[in-house]
Amino acid sequence: MSKATHSPLRSIAAHAILLTYTVIALFPVFVIIINSFKSKKAIFGAPLSLPLGDAFSLIGYETVFKRGDFLLYFQNSLMVTVASLVLVLLFGAMAAFALSEYRFRLNTLTGLYLALGIMIPIRLGTVAILQLMVASGLVNTLWALILVYTAQGLPLSIFILSEFMRTVSDDLKNAGRIDGMSEYRIFFRLVLPLVRPAMATVAVFTMIPIWNDLWFPLILAPSEATKTVTLGAQMFIGQFQTDWNGVLSALALAILPVLILYLIFSRQLIRGITSGAVK
Amino acid sequence: MGSLQLNHVNKSFGATQVLFDINLDVADGEFVIFVGPSGCGKSTLLRIIAGLEDSSGGEVRIDGSRVDAVPPAKRGIAMVFQTYALYPHLTVKENMSAGLKQAGTPRDQIEAQVAEASRMLSLDPYLQRRPAELSGGQRQRVAIGRAVVRKPSLFLFDEPLSNLDAALRVHTRLEIARLHRELTATMVYVTHDQVEAMTLADKIVVMNAGRIEQVGSPMALYNNPANLFVAGFIGSPQMNFLRAAAIGMAGAETIGVRPEHLTLSKERGDWAGKVVHIEHLGADTNVYLETEKAGMVTVRLFGEVYHDPGETLWMSPAEQRFVYRFDAAGKVMR
Repeated sequence: MSKATHSPLRSIAAHAILLTYTVIALFPVFVIIINSFKSKKAIFGAPLSLPLGDAFSLIGYETVFKRGDFLLYFQNSLMVTVASLVLVLLFGAMAAFALSEYRFRLNTLTGLYLALGIMIPIRLGTVAILQLMVASGLVNTLWALILVYTAQGLPLSIFILSEFMRTVSDDLKNAGRIDGMSEYRIFFRLVLPLVRPAMATVAVFTMIPIWNDLWFPLILAPSEATKTVTLGAQMFIGQFQTDWNGVLSALALAILPVLILYLIFSRQLIRGITSGAVK
Repeated sequence: MGSLQLNHVNKSFGATQVLFDINLDVADGEFVIFVGPSGCGKSTLLRIIAGLEDSSGGEVRIDGSRVDAVPPAKRGIAMVFQTYALYPHLTVKENMSAGLKQAGTPRDQIEAQVAEASRMLSLDPYLQRRPAELSGGQRQRVAIGRAVVRKPSLFLFDEPLSNLDAALRVHTRLEIARLHRELTATMVYVTHDQVEAMTLADKIVVMNAGRIEQVGSPMALYNNPANLFVAGFIGSPQMNFLRAAAIGMAGAETIGVRPEHLTLSKERGDWAGKVVHIEHLGADTNVYLETEKAGMVTVRLFGEVYHDPGETLWMSPAEQRFVYRFDAAGKVMR
């Protein structure tokens, strides 16, 4: 080990920067979680103190479970997120495979067209989307959200995955063709496992905005039966009075499922990188 | 079973044509090698034979029947790739049986064929391993095994030795030669290495810039090259080319003599030159001489020979039949 790369000063500096960033990133989450366990008085009296002694209270969680059907909201959020994720990954990977594998006329142009969505926010089309959903009778269904989120996630997914799929060896795909595999089998059995790290990246980038979105649930599916968690948490925020215990507890709970999903994908991501002994 | 005919095969990528009117007959059981510099179209031609690339014109026949519209798996071929192209998530055994499984071969027959190929290539200890747990040479043996298992009428090799180190390359070369004798199958092999071509082939196809320059047995190409390109490509070190006018020989544009067909003398000879550099390879010695008018000449002498750089020596062709004469177009003159 050379000294140059392991000087203690450098490593302290690097760690200091990383730790500072970690603290900044985690602080809001930390504040939400500690305050969700406090009484209203304690939240306003000492927002940064830990929920100990008198300050500790589960009133927030009690409200969350008493008012509204939060279990249903969670279920809705999870269904929308997972379904959109599956569709984005499936169709994104398929389109990326076609773009990277086959030579056809207008290939580059098609790729650019599909990537265009990265630069144009889908919310600009909200009015048109709403009209479309009304016309097709999908308002107040989870399908409305799933379709919109799939469209929203596809551009980035196609862009990232097609770049990765270009790196998969042609010989491997050709070996599959000579062994008589169909193009679908080559795609599912040979190419997809090799781009798993990229799939995990796309999954994380796609999943978080969907889970956190308030805009489309509010516009397309605000009914009681289709409310998502983020929308459900809004009922504690009023024009004149806000139930902070309820809001904070709902948000603290909302972090959990997405955290679990993230852990699943990030393990895939790391495994993909470390086992990259292909070739 | 395993003849191959190429009739007027052409290939263009967009506006650039990469193969020009390729005609070739390969008899059953022959070992044919396409050799040429990189970018000469030899790999593209192999991919057209395999069905991985469509030709832009002409026809490919395997065993007499036209296969241009037949998918790769149905052509009765097997291919070995430069990068091995083993399925990373399958074990050696599963890699080898994948093609047969896909074709719906009965299980016991697959077992038998895998066992036979594994015995032939001594792969038995590795059958349960994954490609990542094998060395480069072992992976290439598995790739060859995967081809053998299919019992194809035509083997295609795409630069199979390029990724191996020198010692392994010689070893695997011998293995492939032995395999060809044992299986008596037709093999088509692509390489840019003329040593591989000379040592393995029954028939060499020398390609350059999308065209076949010459087809023949290794010794036929060595002794009777048709043109400057083939003369320069076959043989190592490369044939010496001298401008005929510079050395006072009339009736030809270029004179070619192989380094091993030149003799050196201190007293007399046809051309004089100054020693620039000497390479001692043990079994033979390469002497590089700078001539006054004709440029650099390489002389290959057998055994250990010592000369000093700066020394002036005379060289002459050992026999007159070793002197090749080329016309202005680069064609050999007889």
